Formats: sequence, structure tokens, C-alpha cells
Amino acid sequence: MSIRRVLLATAAATLSFTTIAAAETELTVYTAVEAEDLSRYASQFNEKYPDIKINWVRDSTGIITAKLLAERDNPQADAIWGLAATSLLLLKSEGMLEPYAPAGVEKLDKKFVDADNPPAWVGNNAWVASVCYNTVEAEKAGLTPPKSWKDLTDPKYKGHIIMPNPNSSGTGFLDVSSWLQMFGDKGGWDYMDALHQNISRYTHSGSKPCKLAAAGETTIGISFAFRGAKSKAAGAPLEIIVPSEGVGWDMEATAIVAGTDKEEAAKKLVDFAVTKEANEMYNKGFAVVAYPGIAKPVPHYPEGLAEGMIDNDFVFAAVNRARILKEWQSRYDGKSDPK
Amino acid sequence: MTDLSQQGLPAGPVIKGKLSRDDIIMRGGMIVIALYLIVSMVMPLYAMLSKSFSTYHVDLSQYEFQQSDKDGVFDGTSLSGAQLNSQIPVYAPKDLNTGADGRLSVTKWFPDFSFRSPVKYRLRNVSPNGRFLVSSTLYTGTDWVELDSNKFRRVQLRPIKTTGLGNFVNYFSTPALFQSIKNSLWISVVSTVITVTLAFWFAYALNRSCIRYKGLFRLVAMAPILVPSLLPGIALVYLFGNQGMIKELLFGASIYGPIGIIIGSVFFTFPHAFLIISTALAISDARLYEAATSLRTSSWRTFWTVTIPGARYGLISAAFVVFNLVITDFGLPKVIGGQFNVLAVDIYKQVIGQQNFEMGAVVSVVLVIPAILAFAIDRFVQSKQVALLSARSVPFQPQPDEKRDRALFAYCSLVAVFIIGLLAVCQFAALVKFWPYDLSLSLTNYQFDKMDGGGWGSYFNSIQMALIVAVIGTGVVFFGAYLVEKSNGFKIGRGLFQMVAMLPMAIPGMVLGLAYIFFFNNPANPLNMLYGTMAILVICTVTHFYTVSHLTAVTALKQMDREFESVSASLKQPTMKLFSRVTVPVCLPSVLDISIYLFVNAMTTVSAVVFLYSPKTTLASIAVLNMDDAGDIAPAAAMGMMIFYTNAAARIIHLVISKGVLTRTQAWRFR
Repeated sequence: MSIRRVLLATAAATLSFTTIAAAETELTVYTAVEAEDLSRYASQFNEKYPDIKINWVRDSTGIITAKLLAERDNPQADAIWGLAATSLLLLKSEGMLEPYAPAGVEKLDKKFVDADNPPAWVGNNAWVASVCYNTVEAEKAGLTPPKSWKDLTDPKYKGHIIMPNPNSSGTGFLDVSSWLQMFGDKGGWDYMDALHQNISRYTHSGSKPCKLAAAGETTIGISFAFRGAKSKAAGAPLEIIVPSEGVGWDMEATAIVAGTDKEEAAKKLVDFAVTKEANEMYNKGFAVVAYPGIAKPVPHYPEGLAEGMIDNDFVFAAVNRARILKEWQSRYDGKSDPK
Repeated sequence: MTDLSQQGLPAGPVIKGKLSRDDIIMRGGMIVIALYLIVSMVMPLYAMLSKSFSTYHVDLSQYEFQQSDKDGVFDGTSLSGAQLNSQIPVYAPKDLNTGADGRLSVTKWFPDFSFRSPVKYRLRNVSPNGRFLVSSTLYTGTDWVELDSNKFRRVQLRPIKTTGLGNFVNYFSTPALFQSIKNSLWISVVSTVITVTLAFWFAYALNRSCIRYKGLFRLVAMAPILVPSLLPGIALVYLFGNQGMIKELLFGASIYGPIGIIIGSVFFTFPHAFLIISTALAISDARLYEAATSLRTSSWRTFWTVTIPGARYGLISAAFVVFNLVITDFGLPKVIGGQFNVLAVDIYKQVIGQQNFEMGAVVSVVLVIPAILAFAIDRFVQSKQVALLSARSVPFQPQPDEKRDRALFAYCSLVAVFIIGLLAVCQFAALVKFWPYDLSLSLTNYQFDKMDGGGWGSYFNSIQMALIVAVIGTGVVFFGAYLVEKSNGFKIGRGLFQMVAMLPMAIPGMVLGLAYIFFFNNPANPLNMLYGTMAILVICTVTHFYTVSHLTAVTALKQMDREFESVSASLKQPTMKLFSRVTVPVCLPSVLDISIYLFVNAMTTVSAVVFLYSPKTTLASIAVLNMDDAGDIAPAAAMGMMIFYTNAAARIIHLVISKGVLTRTQAWRFR
């Protein structure tokens, strides 16, 4: 074998990795939507726009947000579909979103659309915090179900509670931000100090506490209603509890990443994300969606969830996010899952 | 002969051998491969080092402010942020050193500020380097921006990048991060002691006793090499977790933490230690034992004065290899570490969890120190090793001893049960429908497309990557080793090449992967197009496993006399013809060994590629990690076992090919 042949072979191999199929537009979409729903989202979208292929990049809300922030000088994403509105507000402040008013945006509930015109982002659905409670393990441990957030600080629950780390999980952050809004700044931190005594660990993902409760690894998982409903449908002995003080929530939203060279395709994605069909699709897992009047009840969803949703101040959450997370980390990070 | 210079004659030109065309080709080839190593390792590491020194700082002198009177009229005096802060010290110097996301508000410098007041403010950047936010809009220009009081309260100053030791100071003053150093060292030392002890007795049984099923035991002992290091962690969750099958054995202690990490580490480092110690125990001089017997030394004393000293280099080398593997491993503590933080996981946490790349680089620098130290000591010890076996030695043949053999057989069976048991638990967990409430068997956990991590696509990506790594990697490594070993002259170049080729072994995978982000994800880098492709995964993996492959190739090549080159030169045959017609066929067994080594490691590696995969190039080993992370533990076990079966199949194919090739090309070995 000659050197030249070796080099040629190496060069050819390198080239073949980097060539990309040019037949259709490929859109890199960052998302925090649950993995099992992504193929459904993509196939519904492709029914309408068959020539646009979506490449999903999925991770927890905090991770995707941090990834977008880290790539601010060299964005890899073309669009964002299904990321917390608090995060999108943050990205907007970095000038990373391309404002665009999708066709039909006026039909959405005002609460679900960015205040600027044209809006930097449009909402899809709300996701709501809940407590997943494993009845079988609770019975073994002789526990009774908690009624409120305050109940969770009862010493009898010590070591039985798992919640997501707000630094990486959007669900974790909406819990923390809702406590701070409901109980006030001092009351909120006092509450978390007390709750911390009962927490066995903080997970990186927002759905993991509920999955762990479903598998009996813990008794109580602070997670979100949608995940609890799914695990319950899969046969887990779960009760989904809506604490009486009210529950935090955030919405998943869609936006175009500024600087994308596939703006046309990205606009089509946002157009699709606000349609009635899309909202019906969100409704399969979420009880509250942006398009008014189409929401049907979701099986296994707890009662009183929509009433329990607090009056969430997204700007408070976005503006104070960095400060809250830093404070949280300095107080509780020792019990955190690696990641 | 009299000295010419004394006779006043000028000194003649220094005689230098003329470079032949072959020499030029070989040096050229060596430079190309050395360049490859420099681009794929030295430069990324340098990029990482410089990143660890980059800090974010708010420079107050970069901003100018103007304040109007109550009627909104400006008098034209402007003050810089630094002047304002010296008038009313709102921010201490340490407040100005923030992270990449730091923000500072400005209203506190104006004591009579109220957002209802009619006073207006103007604000600008002095140079285009400045950055500030109004509400959520970013301003970078040097034009004045006029704001009413209600808008002015939403102004936030943003930091710019500088260089300094700030990150290291920050790291060592954060107790939680500092604690990780102690944790890492502690579990590494404990795991090393346990693994080396266990592996020693296992190797002893297989080399110095007459127990049965030695081949089978050897096979079982090597099995952990075929799985990612996080798989034992998953098995331990099923065994000892809160719903574990035999959690009572832990007497209430939690598997999530040091206990889990240590048990898992023993599992995945066992084969490495076993291989090294086994080699050390395989050769020994029977005359020493005869002498001991004739001196009526007790077998206990013989053990300590003959056996252990004979194997000491193997033991030391094994200890450092295991230490290095444990301290740099991240998959296992990630899965089962619970709240117990270690250095490798800290890097991941900083980079993936908080996207704090600077701090990730700092932890990497900290982690490299013990890794390089362990590596350097190991190399030093190996260089001290002298031949134990001389021409007059008599190879040691173990004699049957029923009592000893029975004890050792029982011991080996226990170790084998431990290894097979963990793998079996994973396979069982993968097939159970909903642990622990629905124990019926099903294949639902194999529906990877419904989980995080990239689905079945990631499995096929892994196979593709492993094959490319095996083919290209073997080619590059073997050719490089040949050039270094067989070219003439050029001593400095060859020495440097050897050194660079040793380096990957000392660099933890996490660190290499992180360094790749800094180097390749820089838009100014012409190689930036590689980022997010399969190619970068291949390059990273080949580089990560370069050293062992290189050493294997060098050892094989050393067995070939340099006379071959001389003969081919005198027959006027180009070296490349010799290489392809003689060298490669003769060394074919080693070439195949290198390729299977690269294949298996490419299938199981997590640490190096975890920062580098893209949505199109997800890998099976990463999928195991991500599925576990999302709480889908059973599918993670299922994917881990798929990796195991694939590697086992690859090994079998390798065995068959080696046999076939050996009979065809190695006939000269047997006369």
C-alpha cells in the first residue's frame, strides 16, 4: 500500500462523513418535549410539510437552555419547539430569537403569546407541577398522602421525597419559582430549607422523580402532571396529587433562532405550531393548550389541576432566574444527582 | 594518523548520509501522522488549558451615564460606571468577576432614583466591546441610548471576557467542588486495593494451580471489557436499590454512593488488572521454587519471597492502571454515585448541566494531574523491569495439590458468579415489563425509539463508528508505529513521536472530549466543519485509544529484525513494498488484535464522546447514559446488553478470522 493510497482513503472517508443529503430541507430543532412524543410531533408536521425533515435535539429544559446560551455566537439550532417560556424570555434578552408573527397567531389566548409585536415566541401548552405518590410503597412505609406543599415538610416523609434540580430541570425551576411567588422570598426559602430535610436526592430530569416513584424507588416524586398520568396509564400504582396552595406551571413555546439560514422552513414550523391541529396534538398530553376552546380532558389527569394553577409571573421568573438558581445551588446542591 | 587540522588544512565537510527516496517517504509519513496527533490532541488540550484561564469581568469604565433634571433636560456631564461606583460603592471588586451569564443592575448608583420619577437617563458603551441590556434587548453600539426612569431600572450590565486565575481561585474556594478531589482519590485507592487483590488471586489460580475450566474462567474474567462501565451500576440498582432483589445484604446502607461506585469499579477494572498480573505470573523460573523447597522454606515464605517479588512489576503496573481507570471513569459514578461527587462527574456537571465551560476546563486540569502522575509512575516502573527468564531458566509447571486447587476453584467460581451475575441481572431487568410491580416478561424495553437517547439508530451508529475506528485506527496506528520503529536516523523526530504517542493514555476521556469542544467548535477553526459529524467521533476515539494500540504494534514490530529493511534495500525494493508484502502479513495477528481492541472500546466508550455526539450521531453507549438519566433504567440495561452481545460477536468473529489468517500467513512460525 502506498502512502498516497492511505492518504486518499483517509480523505475519502472523511469526505463521506461530511456530505449531507441535500434532497430536502433539514431543520435542527431544539426541544424539551418528552422523547416519546417527538415522533408524533414530527409526523404530524410532515403531513403538512413533507419536504422538511426535523432533526430533534432533546434534553431537559435547563440543559437545552444552557446549550442554546453557550452556542450564542455560533447557533446550531434553526428553531425551538417546546421549550419553557421562561427560557425563551432569557434567550430573547440575548437577542437570539427572530421575531415572527405566524399565520393565525391572533386566534391564540393572549397569555400564550410574547407581548412584543411581532412576537419573539408563541406558546403551545402549559405544563403543571404535581406530586406523584406511590400508594403501594406508602402503605409499606405507613405513610398517608400529603394534601399540601407544607405537608411535605412533615418529618414522617424524611428520605421519601425526590425532586428535580432546578438548575437543569424546567419542572424543578417552576416549582421553586412558584414557591417563591406563593410564600414570598423569605417564606419560600424557609419552606425549601424545611423540604430539603426530607429530600433524598435531586434529579437532573424533571420526569425522573415521577418515574422513580412509579418504580417504587421512592414514595413521593415532585414532578409534573403529564408524566404522572403517563406512568399511571402504564400501570404504576400512582396517585397524582395537586397540593392545595396551588401549583406552579410554565408553558412550552416555539420560536425561530436568529441567524438561521433556513428561515423559510423555520417559519413554516412556527406556522404549524399555532394551528388548531397542532394544539389538538398538544392536548393528548396537556390539559391546557394555547388555542382556546379545544382542550379535552386527559385521562388520569388529577382533578382541580386547572384551578390549582397559580397566577404565574413569567417576567419575575425570567429576570430572577440566575439569582434564584445560584442561591439554590449554594444551599442544596450537595444532594444533587450528578449532572 | 595525524590530525588534518594540525597540518593547517581546512576541515572537510561533515559527511552526511544522503536521504533516499524511501527515507523521504517515511519521514514524510511520520510527519503526517505526528501532525495528526498534534491536531487531534495537543492543540485541543492547549485550547482547553487557555479556556481554564478565561474569566468574565464587568469593566465599569466601559460605560458612560448621563442624568437629566426633572424636566428631562440633560446638562451634558457624563460619568463612567467606574466613577459612579467610586462615589457610591455598590459593587465590590469580587462582584465584578461574574460568570458568562452575569448581570449587574445600575439604579443603586443614583440615590434619588425612583421608577415613577420624570428624570431621564442616557447610557452608552465607550467602546464596541461593552454590552448592556435594557429589559431583554441587547445593546452593543457606542451611541447614547435615552431612557425614562421606568425603562432605566431594567438596565443590566453584561460582562466581557478576560484572562486570569479567577476560575482556579473560584474552584478551590468552593468546598463542594474541592470535596470531589478527596472523594475521587479515596474511591480510586479503595477500588484499586480490592481489584488488584482479587485479580491477583484469580490470576494466581489460573497460572499456578491445576484447577479445571481454566479457559472458561479466563473467558468470564474478560467479559467486563465488553460492556460500558455504567452497566454494572445499573445492575447494582436492580440488586441493591430501594426495590433491589437482595438489598437486605447491604444491611440498610445505600448503594447510591461510594459502595456502589467501588463494587462497580471492581467489576469493570477486573479484566485489566487480571491481564497484567496474569502476564507477570505466567513466566517464572522453576529453579527458584526448587531452591526454596530444598531449603525447606514454608510455602507461605516462598510465596512472599519468590512469587510476590517475581510479580511485583505486574502488581504495581496493574495498581496504577486500575487507579487511572477509576479516577477518570465517569459513567459509573454518574449512574450510581448518588450525592457522592467525583471529579469526572464534576466536569460533566459543569459542562452539560450548567454549560460553565470555563469551570469544566478547570476541573479537567485538576483531574489530569493524578492521571498523569499515575501514568508516569507506571511507565517508570515498567522501564525498571528486567528479564526474569534467562536462557538457563526452567519454566515453572504447577503441580496438583488437591486442597489448594479446591480452594482456588471455589474462589474463581465466586468471582465468575459475581461477573456473570451482574450481567444476568441486567438482561433479566431488560426483559421485565415493569419492575417491581409487573414481573411478566416482554420486549417493551427494547422499543428504544420511544425513549431518550436516539433509539435504535444510535445502536447502528455505534456499530458504524466502531467499524470505521477499527479500520482507520488500525491503519494509522500500525503505519505510524512502523515508521517510528523502522526508519533510519531522524532520532529527535522519532523520540518526539514516541512521546506524543504515549500521551493519550494519560489524558482522561472526559478531558479529551471537552478539549475537542473548545478546539473544534470554534468558528475561527478551519476544522470547525468536523464538529457534530461522525468524523470527529472517529478521530476522538482513535486518539483516545492510541497508546495501547501503538504499544501493541511496536512490540510486534520489534520482533522483526531490522535486517529485513537492509535486505530489501540491497535488493533495491521500495520500503513500502516490504511493508505491504512482508511486515503487515508477518504482524497480522497483532494488527487484528489492535482492530478488535479499537472496535470493542469504540462500542463501550462514553467519556470521550459524551460531549461530541450530535442528533445525527447518537451512540449506543451514550443512549445507555441518557436513558438512565431520564429514569428509563430498564431500557438502559437493554441497550447495555445489546452492546455486550455485539462485542461478544465481534470477538468471536475476530477469533475465527485470526485462526484462518494464522494458518495462511503464519505457516513460517511452525516448521
